[in-house]
Formats: sequence, C-alpha cells, structure tokens
Amino acid sequence: MTWLVEVIVSLKPVVNDPQGLVIRDSLRRLGFDGVRSARAGKYIEIEVDTADEAKARDSVAAMCEKLLRNPVIEDYRISSIRAMTESKT
Amino acid sequence: MRFGIAVFPGTWSDRDCAHAVTLAGHEAVMLWHKDADLRGVDCVILPGGFAYGDYLRAGAVARFAPLMGSVGDFAAQGGLVWGICNGFQILCEAHLLPGALSRNKSLEFRCERSWLRVETADSPFTSACGRGDVLEIPVSHGEGRYVADDETLEGLEREHRVALRYVARDGSPAGDASPNGSMRDIAGILSAQRNVFGMMPHPERACEPLLGSADGMKLIASVAGRLAHDAEFAVAR
Repeated sequence: MTWLVEVIVSLKPVVNDPQGLVIRDSLRRLGFDGVRSARAGKYIEIEVDTADEAKARDSVAAMCEKLLRNPVIEDYRISSIRAMTESKT
Repeated sequence: MRFGIAVFPGTWSDRDCAHAVTLAGHEAVMLWHKDADLRGVDCVILPGGFAYGDYLRAGAVARFAPLMGSVGDFAAQGGLVWGICNGFQILCEAHLLPGALSRNKSLEFRCERSWLRVETADSPFTSACGRGDVLEIPVSHGEGRYVADDETLEGLEREHRVALRYVARDGSPAGDASPNGSMRDIAGILSAQRNVFGMMPHPERACEPLLGSADGMKLIASVAGRLAHDAEFAVAR
C-alpha cells in the first residue's frame, strides 16, 4: 500500500523566527490589522510503501527524528496520512 | 603537519583552506566525502560552502556522508576536527558540537569583516593567541545565528568552551555589530574534550596581508603548535 504523508517542520516556539516576524509585519503593513503573529516552517510530502497506516506513521516519525528536523531548534508534526489509490509517478 | 580538508559536493572554501595551510608551511590533503579514509592526517578541516546544496538544513545531509563516520571516530579518539562556517553547521548537525545554527537575524547573507575576541587560549585552536585578543576574520553566511538552550549556554560558559565571540571593531560588545544575532554573540565553540572546534568566520580568508588581515594564521599556528608538541611528546615516550 502506498501512503501519502504530509509533514510540517517548524521552529520550536521558543526559537526566534525572523522570517515569521517579517511575514507578520508585512501583513500588518498591508492592512491586515488583526494579524497577531506568523511563523514560517517547511512542508514535506512523502510517498511511502508500508503494510498499513500505523507503519507509515512510525516510518515517517523515524525519518523526522533522524533527518527531517533538527531536534535542537525544530518540532515536527504529521499533518495528514492518506492512502494513495495509485502512485503519482 | 598534514591537514585533511573535506570536500563535499557544494563545498566552496576547500581550495582557500588548502592555500592557507600550505602558506603556513603545512601539507593539505583533500578528503573526498564518499571516502571513509582519513589518509593519516593530523587535523581534519570541514571547510565552508553549501555541502549537498544545504538542502533541508545546512549540514543535515552532509553529516551522513561516509567521510563523516570516520571524522566522528577520529574526534572520539581525540583527533583535531575544525569546522569552519558550513563545517560548523555540519558539526552541530552531527552532534559533535552542541546547539544549532539558524537563519541570520537580519535574514541577510552577510559577507563582511568581523572582529572576534579570543575568550580562551586553552584549546588546540587558539593556543597561539592571548585571551582577550581581537582577531579580524571575515564572515560569509546566511545561517550563522548560534542558538542553544540556556542549560547548554551556561555549560559552554562555565567550561570556557566559547572560544570566539563577536565584538565591535574596538573590542567592545558587538551589540548591533553582530553579523547574525547569535546568542551571547557566540562565533566559535569547543567540544567538551576541546578537540572539536566550530566557528562561523573564515580564517582562510584572513591568511595574508593582501586579503586585509592575516589573523586567521594565528589559529592555524595554534593547531600546528599543538600537533608539534604532541609529536615531540610521542617521540619522548
């Protein structure tokens, strides 16, 4: 079974995010007065072959711990997992 | 002395490092990233650049290169490992040094002169300097803002492992003169055993007066002095 897993990697809340601050300030300058904050992160899509959804989740979690995030400054979360009817490629 | 210089795809300062080391009268040995053999070098330099394009995060992919496995073993045995700029980023990703290097506070790539205060001469990389000396060595990076949690920072300070700190030209605290907004103006740190050293500025670009400064040579001289001392000690035994 092929699963499409979406991962979001973001700076930990305590880590200063200058990119997010620039986005926040730009939005405010454009008149979006209600903007309280903005944080920038990375979005990664992974297609993975595993027997079931739980294994897909475990596998991607292991990928995050080993490579996709830097545990010193970044958090990650798996935002979506869904079965692919057929491979995109 | 034999200085090994790592070459990853995207490394750009390898030839400059070889030039500086050769100028100081030592041998430069290029070490290809796919090759796990350190070829008997006395010190490994991980030079600046964009190893593997800095994709994902600077240093994140480079740390898994075959060469890095050997560099880790070499460091564990007390071998001298010196990460410069991208090399510092790789050492942090490889957990050979604590903390991380994140996007410059200004969001700008900064390529400019910088001034560094030597915070400890008790290391193989700074022993030819005096504590409090101010070195002029340029920076050239977009992701050099050193970050770590309070406990790590306190540990680094307590053990005198902050080797270089950004200062203003006159030696006063960097303040807004910091090129990247590093926590505590940290420019370079040592491992607990003091044999692994990472710094963002480029000593190889300050290796002769023609370049505006030759202060980087003091760091190379420190390493050479340490290695010569060790060799003498080994012979005496």
